[in-house]
Amino acid sequence: MSVCVSLDVWSKSLHPVLSTVLKRLGLGLITLFVVSAIIFSSISLLPGDFGEAVLGQAATEDTVAAFRKELGLDKPAVTRYFEWVGSVLRGDLGTSFSGRAASGVNRARSVVELVKPRLQNTLFLAGVTAIIAVPLALILGLAAALYRNSYFDRTVNVTTLTTIAMPEFFVAYILILFFSSLLPWFPSLANVSAETPFWERLYKISLPAITLTLVIMAHMMRMTRAAIINLLASDYIEMARLKGASRREVILKHALPNAWAPIATVIAFNLAFLVVGVVVVEVVFVYPGIGQLMVDAVTSRDIPVVQACALIFAGTYILLNLLADVIGIVSNPRLLHPR
Amino acid sequence: MDADEMNNNQSGAAAGDVLLEMRDVHIEGFSDEQWHPIIKGVDITLKRGEIMGLIGESGAGKSTLGLAAMGFARPGCRITKGTIRFDNQELTELPKKNKRELWGTRIAYVAQSAAASFNPAHRLIDQTVEAANRSQIRPVAESRSDAIDLFKALQLPSPDTIGSRYPHQVSGGQLQRVMTAMAMSPRPDLIIFDEPTTALDVTTQVEVLASMRKIVEEFHTAAIYITHDLAVVAQMADFIKVLRYGDEVEEAPTRSMLSAPQQEYTKSLWSVRDFEKPEEQGDDVVLSLDGIDAAYGKTKVLHDINISLTRGKTVAVVGESGSGKSTAARVITGLLPPGKGQVVFNGEALPRELKGRSKEQLQRIQMIYQMADTAMNPRQTVGQIIGRPLDFYLGLTGAAQEKRVLELLKMIELDESFIDRLPSELSGGQKQRICIARALAAEPEIIICDEVTSALDQIVQEGILKLLLSLQKEFGISYLFITHDIATVKAISDEIVVMFQGKVVEQGLKSEILNPPYPEYTKLLLSSVPEMDPDWLTNLLSERA
Repeated sequence: MSVCVSLDVWSKSLHPVLSTVLKRLGLGLITLFVVSAIIFSSISLLPGDFGEAVLGQAATEDTVAAFRKELGLDKPAVTRYFEWVGSVLRGDLGTSFSGRAASGVNRARSVVELVKPRLQNTLFLAGVTAIIAVPLALILGLAAALYRNSYFDRTVNVTTLTTIAMPEFFVAYILILFFSSLLPWFPSLANVSAETPFWERLYKISLPAITLTLVIMAHMMRMTRAAIINLLASDYIEMARLKGASRREVILKHALPNAWAPIATVIAFNLAFLVVGVVVVEVVFVYPGIGQLMVDAVTSRDIPVVQACALIFAGTYILLNLLADVIGIVSNPRLLHPR
Repeated sequence: MDADEMNNNQSGAAAGDVLLEMRDVHIEGFSDEQWHPIIKGVDITLKRGEIMGLIGESGAGKSTLGLAAMGFARPGCRITKGTIRFDNQELTELPKKNKRELWGTRIAYVAQSAAASFNPAHRLIDQTVEAANRSQIRPVAESRSDAIDLFKALQLPSPDTIGSRYPHQVSGGQLQRVMTAMAMSPRPDLIIFDEPTTALDVTTQVEVLASMRKIVEEFHTAAIYITHDLAVVAQMADFIKVLRYGDEVEEAPTRSMLSAPQQEYTKSLWSVRDFEKPEEQGDDVVLSLDGIDAAYGKTKVLHDINISLTRGKTVAVVGESGSGKSTAARVITGLLPPGKGQVVFNGEALPRELKGRSKEQLQRIQMIYQMADTAMNPRQTVGQIIGRPLDFYLGLTGAAQEKRVLELLKMIELDESFIDRLPSELSGGQKQRICIARALAAEPEIIICDEVTSALDQIVQEGILKLLLSLQKEFGISYLFITHDIATVKAISDEIVVMFQGKVVEQGLKSEILNPPYPEYTKLLLSSVPEMDPDWLTNLLSERA
C-alpha cells in the first residue's frame, strides 16, 4: 500500500474532496490490478484447453503443442500475465483465439475489434434504460416518501416488488406477448447492427429497455424512499416542520440533500448491473451485447476475449462505485466545507 | 374566551393581553401497543411579553407540553382533550395549513440540541431566514441584513460572515445563539425554549442565557422556558410552573417560588443539592499520572498532566467539554497509550497499552460511564451483566456466582427480582446502579466515574452519589470522578483537579479550590455556575462588565 501512503503525502495540499477522490481513484486502480490477477488465474483454472477444444480429441500431441506455442500458451503463467497486463496498458487487448491459421485460414480478429461494437451496444441499451429508470425511480421514491402509507405508496411498492420478484426472461416474454404479439407496437427482436440508424436503433431496443427498467427500478425506488423516511425522524426535520415547512418542502429541501449518499450507491450498483448482468435479456431479444459475447467466448475457451470482458466488467463496477463515493462526498458539507 | 378579551385582541397587541391560553390539555403517547397519558389536564395562561418557566424532571412531559403550545404533537402523540388558544385562534381545531402559517413566524421553537436541529446541508443564514422568507414578512434581502443584526445582538463572533458557514463549522454555544436568531427572525409573539442551554458548558451557558434574555426583552417576546435546572429558570422567568408526571404541581411568581415553595415535591427539588461530603485528606497515593502527554492522531489533547489519587478518597476532575477529562481516563485505563509520562498504580508503572496489562491490573481499575444505556448489552439480563466480571476476574460460576450477584444487588439497594431483568426494563437510575454493581463485582481499588450522574434527574443523582459514598466508606474504594457539574463536585469530592484545554490548572483539597484565591480560569468556572437567586445573572453580568 505504498501507493496510498505516497498519495496521502502528496494530497496534503489539495482540497480534501479532491484528495479523497484521488485516493479513491488510486485505490480503484489497485483494485483493478488485483482483479486482473484474479481474472487471469481463475481463467487458467477453467477446465479443458483451447488447443484440444479446437483441434478435437483426435489431434496428436505434437499438433496441440505447436498450436499452444503459436498462441503463447506454453509460456509460464506469470510471464503470460505480465505480458497481458503490459499490452492492456498499451491499449491492446490481444488477438482472439478463434479463427487462427491452425484452424484453417487466418481470420483471427483483434479483441478490441470484437469487443468494441458489442460494448457500444451494451452501453447504448444501458444508457437508454438509465435515462428512463433513474429519474422515474427517484420521482416514485420521493412521491412514495411524501405520501407514505397511502394507497399510492402501497401500489408503487407492490408493483415494483412484483416486477423484481419475477425472473428477467419472464418479464421479457410477458412484454413480448403483450406489446409485440397481441399489440404489434414494438419489435420482439432487437437485432441491431453498426449501420442501424439512431432512431430505428432506439425503437428496436424499446422492449429490452423497458424490461431492464422494470428489473432495476424497485431497488432504486425503495432505497430513495427508505433513505428519505429514515431522515424524517431527525431533529432538524422536526425543526423544519416547526418553522412551518410544508410536507413537500420538508422532503425536497430538508431531507433529500442529506440522502444522496445511499441513493447514489444503489443507483451505481444498478447501473453496473445494466452493463454486466444483462446477458439473459440480450439472449431473449437477440441483442448483440457484450454479455452474449462473453458467454460465447467462455464456451469456445477464447481466453483473450473472456479476459477482456471480465476486465471491462470489473472496471465498470469500480468506476461507478467511485462515482457514487464522489457524490456521497460532494453532498456532505462536512467533507466539502471542512472546519 | 369572552367578548371583552376578543375586543382587546382585535384592538391591537398591547402588553398584558393574554397571548396563549391552554385549558385542561390532555396529551397521550403511543407505546407498547397502547395509548398512555403524558399530560393530564394542564392549564397555562401567558400574557404578551411574559416569560414562563416550566420545570420538572425527565418524563414529566415538559417538551410535550411546550410543543402543544404550538398546536404540535410529535409523531406517536395526540392531543386528546382541552383547548389551546393562541391569539384568539383555537389551535386544536385549526387546519394544518393555517397552523403552518403560525409556526416559525408567530410561534417559534428553540430546541435543546442545536447541533442536531440544524440541517447539515444548508448554510446557517439560509436556515435563519427560512421562516421569515416563506411568510414574506419583509423583502428577502432585508431578512438577511436583519439576521446579521440579530447575530450582532446575540454577540456572535464575526456576525457578517458567520451566516455563510455550515452548522458543523461553528461551536455548540454559537449554534444555540444562531438558533435563537432563527427563532427571532420573523419577530414571533411567542418562543418556546426547550432546554436550550442543557447541552452547553457552564461558561458558555452564561453567555447564551444573557444574550437570549436580552433579545427577548428587547423585542418584548413572550416565552415558555423549559428546563430541569432551577437556577437557570430563575434567571429567565417571570413565573414558574412545576410539572410532575404530566400534572401541574404548583405555579408562582419566580421570587416567591424560590423563597417559599408550597408543595412537598417542589421543596424536595429545591433541597436536593444541599448535601456535601466533608473532605478528608488522604495520605496513601494509589494512582498517579506523571507528566502525561496524549494525542488523538496528530491532535495533542493532554499536555504534561499530573494527577494523584489517594486510597479511599475521591478526586473530582472538573472542566468543560474538550478539556481532556475523559482522555485522561482513557490513558489510565490503557485505551489510549500516552505519548509521554507514566501511570503509576500502587507504586508500580502500568504498561502503557491495555494489551500489556495483566488481568490483576485490569481488575483493580474499573469504569462507570455516563450513558448507562449504551454501556450494557441490551440482550443480557442483569444477572449476566454483573456475573460476567465475577466469572472473568474471580472465576465464580454457577450458584456461587448467583449468590454474589444477589449480594451485589443488595449493596446497590435493588432487590432480588432484578436479576432476571433486561436493561430495557430498568429506569435510568437503576441502570446506573447496575453499572456500579458491575464495576464493584471486580473488587476494584479504583473506580473511574465518567460523568455518571449527568444524564440523570437531580433526585436520582442524589441517590447515586449517596450510594457511591457509602460504598466508598465500606470498601475503601478510590474514585476518580469526572464531571462538569460543580454541585456534584461539592457533594462527593475530597480533592479537586481543574482542567482547561488539556492542562491541569490546579489540584488541591476541596476547601482550597472552592475558596479564594482562585486562578483566573477557576474563578470564571465557579462564577458561571447558576445560583438559585433571580438576580444572579444580572449581578454577574454587571460584575464582569
